[in-house]
Amino acid sequence: MRRFLPALATLAALSAAGGHAAAQVTTFTLSNGMEAVVIEDHRAPVVTHMVWYRVGSADEPRGKSGIAHFLEHLMFKGTDEIPEGAFSKIVAENGGQDNAFTSYDYTGYFQRIAADRLALVMKMEADRMRDLVLSEAVVNPERDVILEERNSRVENDPGALFGEQRQAAQFLNHPYGIPIIGWRHEMTGLTRQDALDFYARYYAPNNAVLVVSGDVEPEAVRALAEAEYGQVAANPALPPRMRPQEPPQLSPRRVAYADPRVSEPYVLRTYLAPERNPGDQGRAAALTILAELLGGSGLTSVLGRALQLDERVALSTGAFYDGMALDPSTFGLYVVPVPGVSMEAAEAAMDRVVTSFLDTGPDAAHLARIKTQISAAEIYALDSQGGLARRYGAALTSGLTVADVQAWPDALAAVTAEDVMAAAREVFDLRRSVTGWLTAATEEATQ
Amino acid sequence: MIRYALIAVAAIALAAPSRAATDIVEVTSPGGITAWLVEEPSIPIIAIEVGFSGGSTLDPVGKEGVGAFAVGLLEEGAGDLDAAAFARRGEELAARFGFSSGRDGASLSAQMLVETRDATVDLLRLALTQPRFDADAVERVRAQMLSGVRSNATDPNAIAGETFARLAFPDDPYGRPDGGTEASLTAMTVEDLRAQHRALFVRGRAKIGVVGAITPAELGPLLDRLLGDLPADGPAVPPVATPALTGGVTVVDFDTPQSVVAFGQRGIDRHDPDFFPAYVLNHILGGGGFSSRLTTEVREKRGLTYGVYAYLADYQRADLWMGGVASANDRVGEAIAVIQAEWRRMAEAGATDAELDAAKRFLTGAYPLRFDSNRAIAGILVGVQEDGLGIDYIARRNDLVNAVTAADVGRVARTLMDPDGLRFVVVGRPAGVEPTN
Repeated sequence: MRRFLPALATLAALSAAGGHAAAQVTTFTLSNGMEAVVIEDHRAPVVTHMVWYRVGSADEPRGKSGIAHFLEHLMFKGTDEIPEGAFSKIVAENGGQDNAFTSYDYTGYFQRIAADRLALVMKMEADRMRDLVLSEAVVNPERDVILEERNSRVENDPGALFGEQRQAAQFLNHPYGIPIIGWRHEMTGLTRQDALDFYARYYAPNNAVLVVSGDVEPEAVRALAEAEYGQVAANPALPPRMRPQEPPQLSPRRVAYADPRVSEPYVLRTYLAPERNPGDQGRAAALTILAELLGGSGLTSVLGRALQLDERVALSTGAFYDGMALDPSTFGLYVVPVPGVSMEAAEAAMDRVVTSFLDTGPDAAHLARIKTQISAAEIYALDSQGGLARRYGAALTSGLTVADVQAWPDALAAVTAEDVMAAAREVFDLRRSVTGWLTAATEEATQ
Repeated sequence: MIRYALIAVAAIALAAPSRAATDIVEVTSPGGITAWLVEEPSIPIIAIEVGFSGGSTLDPVGKEGVGAFAVGLLEEGAGDLDAAAFARRGEELAARFGFSSGRDGASLSAQMLVETRDATVDLLRLALTQPRFDADAVERVRAQMLSGVRSNATDPNAIAGETFARLAFPDDPYGRPDGGTEASLTAMTVEDLRAQHRALFVRGRAKIGVVGAITPAELGPLLDRLLGDLPADGPAVPPVATPALTGGVTVVDFDTPQSVVAFGQRGIDRHDPDFFPAYVLNHILGGGGFSSRLTTEVREKRGLTYGVYAYLADYQRADLWMGGVASANDRVGEAIAVIQAEWRRMAEAGATDAELDAAKRFLTGAYPLRFDSNRAIAGILVGVQEDGLGIDYIARRNDLVNAVTAADVGRVARTLMDPDGLRFVVVGRPAGVEPTN
């Protein structure tokens, strides 16, 4: 469905690595400050056109959680030139598909369409950058739509409710602790004026990144971009991107959530972890490889081998980390025990495996296999026009540069066993962690 | 002043995805195995998709889930490699592959680097022809499948789907749980799994699509290497199934804030002359894009849901016209009433010329967008073969959409749409929704 949130618990995929020797990437900046990235892929006469704004749910005013995502929905409602509800219709009648997404650090809009329709979708996207028109008549039912979206994604899914509670406990002060879709009680109070205020503050070319991927020539894209986006005035009052940061985290937190709809209980722990930073991606690269080593595959990873193959106490295990964030991120571990194994035993088993790994370090052959897959991922990535576009869009709205994207594969390739161990010792600090138990029955959760 | 209207009425220049439409080559191996190939030399990778018709339809009564169970063991050790060694080998080759199981077929989806092509094909052949079914691997996969059964029992979407399938096909494999039951999975033996593996992975039922940096001369011997050791034929697939649906509302009590609804009526065969009119009609009613009548009425105007949709569900042995929606328990009754009214309005009055025109523009323009990766194209090549549509189908497909007339759509709306035969399965605590029989 349109206007979706990215899955919050997806494992950090190696395919999210950046850079790619063979892709033709061109960048330029318009005079009003809008950055642009053009990725050539001439295999089919199709283009992916995306505009990413450097604003996400972590930039929302206090008490207005969900406004970034609500505005994303309302961006389809019309402008001074496009009638209500016509935006997606026009794209569809030109054989295109459109959608949008909101995350903590960015909000993105895209169309996939025949390459000869690029000018059309650019004109429409540039138009709604400053000229959105909203009436109460369209805002009210759309608020019900996002509440139903929250029902589908969160209220009907005990794992998602558990995730919200853990994330809120992980971040003592940073807005990453607030759900992207918003807390229900604040969503119900979001108004048309809230949306317009947020829009006026953040939607401007000097806060946007254009990404065009597909059967296009960079010079032609540049000319079109100058003609459409280049005509939109910058917002001189764009505020600097400063979110409240975390204080020192001194106390391990524990969260227990019980819900009768849970069929498979599990233990999941996250630790505060550094993110990728411009010109400084080494620690994030080491953590990315650490996650692969510990939890990449049930049959070959450290957790999987110990708990699924040898001890047979787990149905599944994993580790995840995503360094693509503006502010500090998290590193996570989980164990789904087999029936009959208690939550205490599952947590103790997870701790035992990690402690043992900290003693022994990675197996050299395992590390070598992960490196092989990382370099292959760069070749496979060329097969996905949308994937390359998302890689650049997410990076450029998460505080990174094109150079950082292109240096990322080398950063991963350069990681040594010692780097992994240093990163592991630093990140596995219980004082900066949240340990969560998701169970079906309250008795177990309150033990 | 922006002239959107002018741009919108311009002809869609793109009739079909150029390369895949025109450059499909049928390759027959020295051993007689046939595949469709699109050469794409620009990236040094190859995508291979293989579909084996049959799937969980071939699960014997009482052994529900045996097909999925057997397929789940193909990546758990083969030949002289145990499960962990097999997985390590795949990682060393940087190959990306998986086996999966569905109601109508089992499949292999693989991507490989040109530089490790032959070794990857050898590893896949080992999985297809010499799975080990080691006792510890069998127990591991059994535990995972039992976990899936338990999860489905508390997942409103899964409950809705399984309940609908049971109502539509009470006496057919389609109505039985393809992931098995606690009883069937617990009783499954290694002999059951070996037998089902032999029944499912049959050379004569394989459809193959290949896209990537490989020539026809290279592909032929590779096909024999991958599939030549499989048995030529297997047990017959059951005959066509007739849905036993009646109109009405079924409520499954489940304590959750938002009711999940599956709905449907009888469908239309993929080879029926009215298939394309029905396909276009469904798009207008509840298809993709964001301007369907159901989306407009249920979501945009009333805010009753995040998503509502309808689709032609063409199984290999039966046809349904299905849909879905989810709404808060106190609003789902209204959502169902609006869907029922829209179903009736379309059946009685059909679509407008403007709707038909817009639908054709979208469907013909969006078709090429599906051909956006080697893997996606290989999957389409398999689907076209499974449906028996012919090697020129991709080039012809948009003409078939464009040939649909207002009279066609009106006829299908009157004859196929059955507002009184529409069955709703509601999982939740819906307020004011009375079950019927």
